[in-house]
Amino acid sequence: MGEHLAILTIEDLSVKIAGKLVLDGVNIEVPEGETHVLLGPNGSGKTSLIASILGFPNYHIVSGKIQFDGRDITALPTAERAKLGIGVAFQNPPPISGVKLGDVFRYLAKGEVDEIELSKIVNLPVEFLERDLNLGFSGGELKRSEIFQVLAQRPKFAIFDEPDSGVDIENLKIIGKAISGFLKGRSGLLITHFGHILRYVKADVAHVICNGKIFDSGKPSEMFNLIMKRGYRWCDAQR
Amino acid sequence: MLKGKKTPPKTVEEPALPGPDLDIRVFKREAVPWPSCAVSTLPKDITQRALSVGVSVDEKERSGTYFQIDKSAVFKRIKKAFEGKAEVMSTKDALKKYRWAEDYWWRLVNADADKYTSLVDQKWDQGYFIRIFEGQKIELPLQACLFVSRENFNQNVHNLIIAEPDSEAQIITGCTVHPNVHRGLHVGVSEFYVKKNAKLTFTMVHNWAQNFDARPRTAVLVDAGATFVSNYICLKPVRSLQMYPVAYCRGANSRASFNTILHGGKNSYLDVGSKVVLQGRGSRGEVIARAIATDKAQIKARGLLVGEHEDSRAHLECRGLLLSDQASIHAIPELVGKVEGTELSHEAAVGRIAAEQIQYLMARGFSDSQAKALIIRGFMDVGIFGLPDVLKSEIKRMVDTTIAGSL
Repeated sequence: MGEHLAILTIEDLSVKIAGKLVLDGVNIEVPEGETHVLLGPNGSGKTSLIASILGFPNYHIVSGKIQFDGRDITALPTAERAKLGIGVAFQNPPPISGVKLGDVFRYLAKGEVDEIELSKIVNLPVEFLERDLNLGFSGGELKRSEIFQVLAQRPKFAIFDEPDSGVDIENLKIIGKAISGFLKGRSGLLITHFGHILRYVKADVAHVICNGKIFDSGKPSEMFNLIMKRGYRWCDAQR
Repeated sequence: MLKGKKTPPKTVEEPALPGPDLDIRVFKREAVPWPSCAVSTLPKDITQRALSVGVSVDEKERSGTYFQIDKSAVFKRIKKAFEGKAEVMSTKDALKKYRWAEDYWWRLVNADADKYTSLVDQKWDQGYFIRIFEGQKIELPLQACLFVSRENFNQNVHNLIIAEPDSEAQIITGCTVHPNVHRGLHVGVSEFYVKKNAKLTFTMVHNWAQNFDARPRTAVLVDAGATFVSNYICLKPVRSLQMYPVAYCRGANSRASFNTILHGGKNSYLDVGSKVVLQGRGSRGEVIARAIATDKAQIKARGLLVGEHEDSRAHLECRGLLLSDQASIHAIPELVGKVEGTELSHEAAVGRIAAEQIQYLMARGFSDSQAKALIIRGFMDVGIFGLPDVLKSEIKRMVDTTIAGSL
């Protein structure tokens, strides 16, 4: 380990879901204070990696381990991981009728976050707190509601799963600034398909995942240029 | 609308459908009379149970009260501040006092509909009579409690509510038993008349015992421009409960809505539904039901909308949540359109809590049981019912207690 202690270390992680190998010996280390980017084609294992970091029960760890903030969390329940300081803005959050966004906000904010100020930061009207969670939200509203919740949670390590997909230019800027502001002095993992969000968020390292394996890691701009030039077939072909 | 008795009375041997058949001869009819007294002076074990069904024992935030134990109407009065706005008495007293009361008696419910209605007709133990006077709007709810204090007792009440033209009121009815009562039968016939431009919000809470049976029989007549809102809550185990209240939206622009929250626990058998018959021009109906089944409970959640006028519209929504592999929920939504132009629709869904919903909330830090409780509380959200504020918090508390107990 280098100068900075790692906040998240994923070591030789292999994961199966319903008997199928979805992650195959993944190694990622995110030093404290850094933001990493995860790039990869559809079905490459990005969502499986997030679900494994969160410890979702149907993702069975075959081998390897996950360490967070100096602690082995491989066998820890999801809620415990969240309490240790892992937060996630989901790409496709499920609607839950009757449960209000405000219920979750109040649980996460613990009375320490100003809802009006936060709603301005992510451009989500404060009236949304009275709405049923993710029910009837537009694509953009879902993204902003997810970021709203992560910002209310204030985790040590935040994961943003494709916060830029299906978002218009104006909101992309708002979301980008909100994420960028939040990650200052914190650590995070940003999943992006097209990289639009990188215009606003400064990332330190990018990892390319393909077929459940980390194919390459490096400077985000270099990795992204490579993908833009060659497409994902480039890593797919080198299996 | 039915008129009077035409068919021969049903005998006690004749099974009544649907729901499990009960041999009503096994229940006792003898009861010791209770003297009249203030509700607050009743024994604590009675008042505590009354509180559990939304009855305010000290009459706080209530405008009037009717309290019946077994066969005895122990308390009935309108608070001074509300005198001249409404009247409350037993139906026996009302029939003695007003000759016209007979015009409302057995007019909506047929006395010979089944053996339970026949039972009420033949062995009748009072019931409440509530009348809201013309043009009177009562801000605080009126309340009624029907209480069974004896083991294995059969209580047969016949209730009458008349909301006179342009009146507005909320009525809370709580039906329950003494903590020492484990079995028994409550049969309640209720006939409600919501007259021109009146608004009646009727909230009924049941809290029976695990081996108790209940057979309410309710019909409502809604006149022109009038609105009837029914909220029904049954969260505690009962051996069997079968009811299928009906609202006849007879008048032009009449409205009826039924909101139901059911929790079937232990070995409960609940067969509960609501019917709306749209007869008037511009009449509207809505039926919303939420049912949760735990343990070995069986729930039949019914709903029937009948469109008899070309300018009428109604919607039915029934959702069931299964929290046990041994429980079952059978949603039976029915639509009957009798004329062109009526618009009837329904949606029904039965299932368990989605794993992805639990995982999502756990990723926010909620424990497994906290996540489930939040989802169930959301499922039972009474906010959609538009309850009066005074009731909302009480019912929310009841739902919270149920959820805590079911997890």
